[in-house]
Amino acid sequence: MLTDFFSRFHIVKKTNSAGTNPLLLSFLSLVAALIIGGLFILCLGKNPFAVYGVIIEGAFKIARTGAYVFKTIGYAIPLVITSIAVSIAFKMKFWNIGAEGQMIAGAILASYFALFQSQMPHWLLLLVMVLAGAVGGGLLGTIPAFFKCKFDTNETLFTLMLNYIALSVITYLKDGPWSETPGFPGIAKFADNARLDIVGGVHIGWIFTVLLVVAAFIYMRYTKHGYEISVIGDSINTARYAGMNVNRVILRTMFISGALCGIAGMIQVSGIEHTLGESVAGGRGFTAIIIAWLSRLNPFVCVLFSMLFATLQQGCSGSALLKLGLSPYVADILQGIILFVILAFDFFTQYKIVCRGRKNA
Amino acid sequence: MNGIINLLTAAIRAGIPLLFGTTGEIITEKSGNMNLGVEGMMWLGAFFGFYAGLHTDSLILALLCAFAAGLGGALIYAVLTVSLRANQTVAGLALTIFGTAFANFFGLRMIADNGGFLPKLSPRLTGILADKPIPLLGKIPYIGKLLFSHNILVYLGIGIAVLAFLYMNKTRAGLRMRAVGEAPATADAAGINVTLTKYIHILLGGGVCGLGGAYLSLAFFGGQWQNACVDGQGWIAVALVIFANWNPVKAILGTLLFGMFEVIRFRVDWLNIPPAFCDMLPYVITTLILVIASIRRSRERRQPQGCGNNYFREDR
Repeated sequence: MLTDFFSRFHIVKKTNSAGTNPLLLSFLSLVAALIIGGLFILCLGKNPFAVYGVIIEGAFKIARTGAYVFKTIGYAIPLVITSIAVSIAFKMKFWNIGAEGQMIAGAILASYFALFQSQMPHWLLLLVMVLAGAVGGGLLGTIPAFFKCKFDTNETLFTLMLNYIALSVITYLKDGPWSETPGFPGIAKFADNARLDIVGGVHIGWIFTVLLVVAAFIYMRYTKHGYEISVIGDSINTARYAGMNVNRVILRTMFISGALCGIAGMIQVSGIEHTLGESVAGGRGFTAIIIAWLSRLNPFVCVLFSMLFATLQQGCSGSALLKLGLSPYVADILQGIILFVILAFDFFTQYKIVCRGRKNA
Repeated sequence: MNGIINLLTAAIRAGIPLLFGTTGEIITEKSGNMNLGVEGMMWLGAFFGFYAGLHTDSLILALLCAFAAGLGGALIYAVLTVSLRANQTVAGLALTIFGTAFANFFGLRMIADNGGFLPKLSPRLTGILADKPIPLLGKIPYIGKLLFSHNILVYLGIGIAVLAFLYMNKTRAGLRMRAVGEAPATADAAGINVTLTKYIHILLGGGVCGLGGAYLSLAFFGGQWQNACVDGQGWIAVALVIFANWNPVKAILGTLLFGMFEVIRFRVDWLNIPPAFCDMLPYVITTLILVIASIRRSRERRQPQGCGNNYFREDR
C-alpha cells in the first residue's frame, strides 16, 4: 500500500553538518535551479542557453557607452548592505522584515539634506546624509523593537506594516511639500554636490560595502555584541540567566540593523537615483531577507547571492532580451524558481531521510 | 443621503478583493502557517482567471481556474514549508515575487497576442459580471442599492467569509484545524494528522486568495486586463487579517472600512486630505490595533500561537 511505502521512510534531523558539504549542496541547488529555469525558458519556445547568454552579457558586458558590470555592482550594493542588516537581526531571531521601510526612512531623511541643505561643503554634506540615513532607518527599526521588548508585540507584522507607512510618506512628500513644481508629483533631482562620487566606475558606496562586509563578519563572530546576539537568538532565557540586559541588546541590535538599511537607502538615492521616489526601496528590502536566509546569515555569502540576483535583474533589464521576445519580468520568474529550488534543497542540509526496511510492512 | 449610499456602495466593491485575500490568509494562518505570498497568489488567480474567461467565455471555468491557480501557488508554499520545513517568511516572499512576475509576464504576452491592445472579456461575460440589482430586493430604497445591487462575485466573497467562519468555529474539522494552528504538538498527540491538516488549509486558503485576484481582473476593471490589477492589494489583505482579529466575519466589516479608504483616495478634493494619507491609514490603524492588543496582553487578539514556526515531531 502507498501509506506503507511512505511510512518506511523516516525524516531525521542531522546532528551536525557531517556528510554532505553545505557549500556543495548550495552549488548543486543553484545548478538544479538553472536547469529548471532553463526548462521554463524552453517551454516558452526559446533557447535557454541563448537567454542565459543574453542575461550574462547584459550584466557584465563592457561597452563603449559604459560597462554594464558597474551597473550590476551598483544594483548589488544596497542588496548586500540590507541583507547584512537583516542578518544581524535574524541572528537574534528578531524577524525584521522591515528593511524596505527602514531603507525608505533613511532615504527620506538623507534627501532632506540633499534637497534643502545642499550648500554645505561636499564631504560634510555626504557625511550628514549618511548620518541622517542611519538615524532615520535606525529609529524606524527601534520602534518595533521597543514594543517587542515592552509588550511582546509581534515584530514580523509590525515591521511589515511600517514598510507601507514609510512608502506612503514618500508619496505624500512627492505630491505636496517636496514637489518640484506645485501641482505635479515629483521631487527635484539632487544637486551634484549631494551625489556620491564615482570611484573606479561605481559610486563610492562600494568601498563602504566592502568595509561593512568585513566589519559585520568580525562583529558577529568575534565581539561581545555578536556573542550576546547569538545567545539571545539561541535562547532568550539563557541570555537572561547569564545576566545579559536582553532588552538593551535587542534595542541596540535593531537600531544597528535599521541604521544599515537607512544607509543603504541614502546610498540608493545619492548614488543611483539622484532623487527621491517610491521606487527607492523597490522590493530590495524583501529580496534582502531572502538573500540573508539563503546565505545563512554569513556576510561574505550575502555578497555572492546579492551579485547573483543583481546579475539577473540587470541582465534582464536590457533591450537584448526584449528582442528575443521576453519581458524583464523573466528576471523575477527565474529568481522565484531559484528561490524555490534552493529552499527545497535546504531541507537536505538539516534533515536526512532514513529507510526503515520492511519489517513493519 | 444618496452621496453616502454611493460612497458605501463603492467601498463595498473596492473592498471585496481584500475580503477574498483576507479570508484565504485567515484560513492559512489559523492552521499555523503565515503565508506572505497572498499578493503572489492573487496575481496568479487574476491572470489565470482572466485567461480562462477570455478563452472559454465561462464564468464557472474562469473562477475554477483562478481558484486552481491560487491553490497551485499555495501548493509550492506548502511543499516547501510543511514537508521540507523551509522558513515560512522566505517561502511566502518568494511566492509573491514569483506569482507577481509570472502573471505580469504572461499578461504582457496576452496583450501582445491581442495586437498591443488590452484584452477584454466578451460582452456576455462582462454582462454576467456587471453590477446589477437583485429583483425585488434591489428595489428597496437605499438598502437595495447598498446591499443588493452588486456583481455576483461580491456575494461570493461574503458567502465564503461566512462559510469560513462557520467552518472554523462550528465544526469538528474547524476545531482540529485551530488546534493544529495553536499547538501542533498537542494536536499531534491527540491523533490529528498535522501535515494533512496544514496542507488542506494552506491549499484552500490559497485558492480563495486566487479568487480575490480573479475579482480584480474579471469584474473590478470592467472585464479589461490591467497590468497593475493586483498592485499591493495582497499586502493590505495581510494587514486586514490582523485588523479582523483572525475572524472572517469581522473581516467583512474591515473590508468595508479599508474599501472606504481606497474610495476616499479618489474623492478627497472636498475633504482636503492628501491622498497619501488614505494609502497610509489602513496600515496605521492595523499597527495601532496590533500594538494595543499586545499592550492589553489580550489572549483573544493575537496570531495563532503556532503561526510562523514549522512543526517537526522530533523537535518536541
